Amino acid sequence: MNGEGVYNPRFYWFAVFTAAATLVLIGSGGIVTSKGVGMAVPDWPNTYGYNMFFFPFSQWIGGVFWEHSHRLTGAGVGLLTVLLAVWSFGRSGGRFLCRILAPLLGLGGVLCFVLHYIAKSSASIAALLEMVGLLYFALAETRAQDGILLMALGAIFWIGGLYWPRCPAAPRRIRCLAGIAVAVVISQGVLGGLRVRLMQDEIGIVHAALAHLFFVLIAVVALFASRWWVNRKSHAAPTLKTQAAGWMLAAVASVIFGQLLLGAGMRHQHAGLPVSGFPLSEGRFWPLADEASVKAANVARNRMADYRDFPAITRGHILLYRGHLVLALTIFATASLLFFFRRGVFPKDHWLANLLAVWFLFICVQALLGAATVWSNKAADIATLHVVFGALALALASLLSMISFRLANAARQLAVEPAGSLSGLAEVAGRRAGMAHSRFS
Amino acid sequence: MKKMNAQFLAGLVFGGAAVGALGGDITGKITLKGTPPDEMVLPLDAMCSQTRKAGETPPTTRFYVVDANGGLADVFVSLKSVSGTFEPPETPVILDQVGCEYVPYVLAVQTGQKIAVKNSDPVFHNVHPTPRVEGNPESNKAQLPNGKDLHFVFSQPEKFLRFKCDVHRWMFAYVNVVAHPFFAVSGEDGSYTIKNVPPGEYEIEAIHRKAHGPKYVGVSKKITVGTDGATADFVVDITQ
Repeated sequence: MNGEGVYNPRFYWFAVFTAAATLVLIGSGGIVTSKGVGMAVPDWPNTYGYNMFFFPFSQWIGGVFWEHSHRLTGAGVGLLTVLLAVWSFGRSGGRFLCRILAPLLGLGGVLCFVLHYIAKSSASIAALLEMVGLLYFALAETRAQDGILLMALGAIFWIGGLYWPRCPAAPRRIRCLAGIAVAVVISQGVLGGLRVRLMQDEIGIVHAALAHLFFVLIAVVALFASRWWVNRKSHAAPTLKTQAAGWMLAAVASVIFGQLLLGAGMRHQHAGLPVSGFPLSEGRFWPLADEASVKAANVARNRMADYRDFPAITRGHILLYRGHLVLALTIFATASLLFFFRRGVFPKDHWLANLLAVWFLFICVQALLGAATVWSNKAADIATLHVVFGALALALASLLSMISFRLANAARQLAVEPAGSLSGLAEVAGRRAGMAHSRFS
Repeated sequence: MKKMNAQFLAGLVFGGAAVGALGGDITGKITLKGTPPDEMVLPLDAMCSQTRKAGETPPTTRFYVVDANGGLADVFVSLKSVSGTFEPPETPVILDQVGCEYVPYVLAVQTGQKIAVKNSDPVFHNVHPTPRVEGNPESNKAQLPNGKDLHFVFSQPEKFLRFKCDVHRWMFAYVNVVAHPFFAVSGEDGSYTIKNVPPGEYEIEAIHRKAHGPKYVGVSKKITVGTDGATADFVVDITQ
């Protein structure tokens, strides 16, 4: 095993699946905001008084369908992330499931049942629970449902732990990233809940931004677990210019993240479009933001019927749009430069050059979707696709950047040890890690 | 009795030569000048469509509700700059949910007066007032089919405070919260009545949500209210 661990195809594909599920979750969150139905379920963590996993399907109507689906998808991604983190610890993860997590969940489930039924049937125990501040918790309508859920989860984890793969642990960096991912996914759930309970759009913006970072995090875990990353022999002939490309891609990824923040800011205003057209709005590419122009824009909006009945736009909305436009142009220009000069940066026909072309295609589609969002008067499906492609563009830019750094690093090492070439490189890496090269299958 | 005293006080303040007689009614009609935009058919979902009678005209947005004579409904009319303290009426104002629409679309209440939100639909809604004025609390409550009434109270004056249902994203109602009792909302023929106004001189304003939004500066005029009341007609011009 070298410093990057061993390639475990099942773990790798599970990480890819988790990343794909995260993208679906981002799309689901995008459609909730695009349709303006984020508050369709007023309670959290319950759904209309039910434990959310027990909410009857017949009641999934209108905005509830989208918001409730989003919550369930979020719970699913949370579960996948926990499993990914546990798996990264190899066979000891199975022991953790069997001996710690499953008993804890089972105990929690039993506690829910016991508290609920004893509190309901015994006045003295109810008084005792009230003294320690647990009566309200125990008497909650959903407590029995919570108990069933926790016990079922405990049972699933226990059985899963018994048949857990007997694989070695993933490298420390994967274990750390997967652990961070668990913390982030839990924070995301809480943020989503706080957004509903506190009715603060600002929390929604943070929730959206963190979702994109989480997607990148899971994608990076998948990259680190990939055969290519683990097996250094496949790192063929990069050039030293790749390092510069890596920095450039990292910079673009940062700008894309800033762009996603601005986009989240615009979407969470729930005010519709601040411009009447694209590329020209009222005859201008650069929309005016003075008081008279804002007033004229609102008067024009009031003379069009739209059942969504958006609130009036403000100068702030137009400034946000301007910022979004500037960053879009910056990203497109930089991506174009990287695309057209990719042959000079990466070796001819190197797969990285092809991957960069795919990324550039995503950027082009994303730009088109941005325009289509205006042309369609912010149709929910178009606006949601815009969010999804934004996430893809960010994740791919981040991965490309890391891959470029990796290749550049390999190029430097090749320059230092030309005689041994790639096998020498593997040996260097193996020595550094103080481990023998091996392969897990 | 308290309310009567308060009205009398307001009459003293604004009437100048007020006499302590019972107030008169201000009546009038709001007329729309210009052609309003076409309304948009609401995208009712399957469950909401079932709440409608077969063959019924599909519901539309209600931005400009105009009758054959040009009478403009849903215009909020009130006296401006009325000072004094007025006890809110004990009777709540009813806002119902019928056929996945709020009825009425525009209403007005006094500060501190209860708004009772009913759900006459066989589907559930969430009731989500979104005030912009500090001191008026935002809240979001679920309401089951034919469930208990939900009550809301706002302590600060606010124009066109939006109530919405996030389950059915076309459902909106707008509530005007006023610090005094001298207000009305025009009916389907554009007419309105503000009752029991103490005699005196006042400035009266008519605001239409769409025509005068988003700052809600409407058309206003000075009137003199006698013991037999007064008349104040308005024209809401959307041709400019």
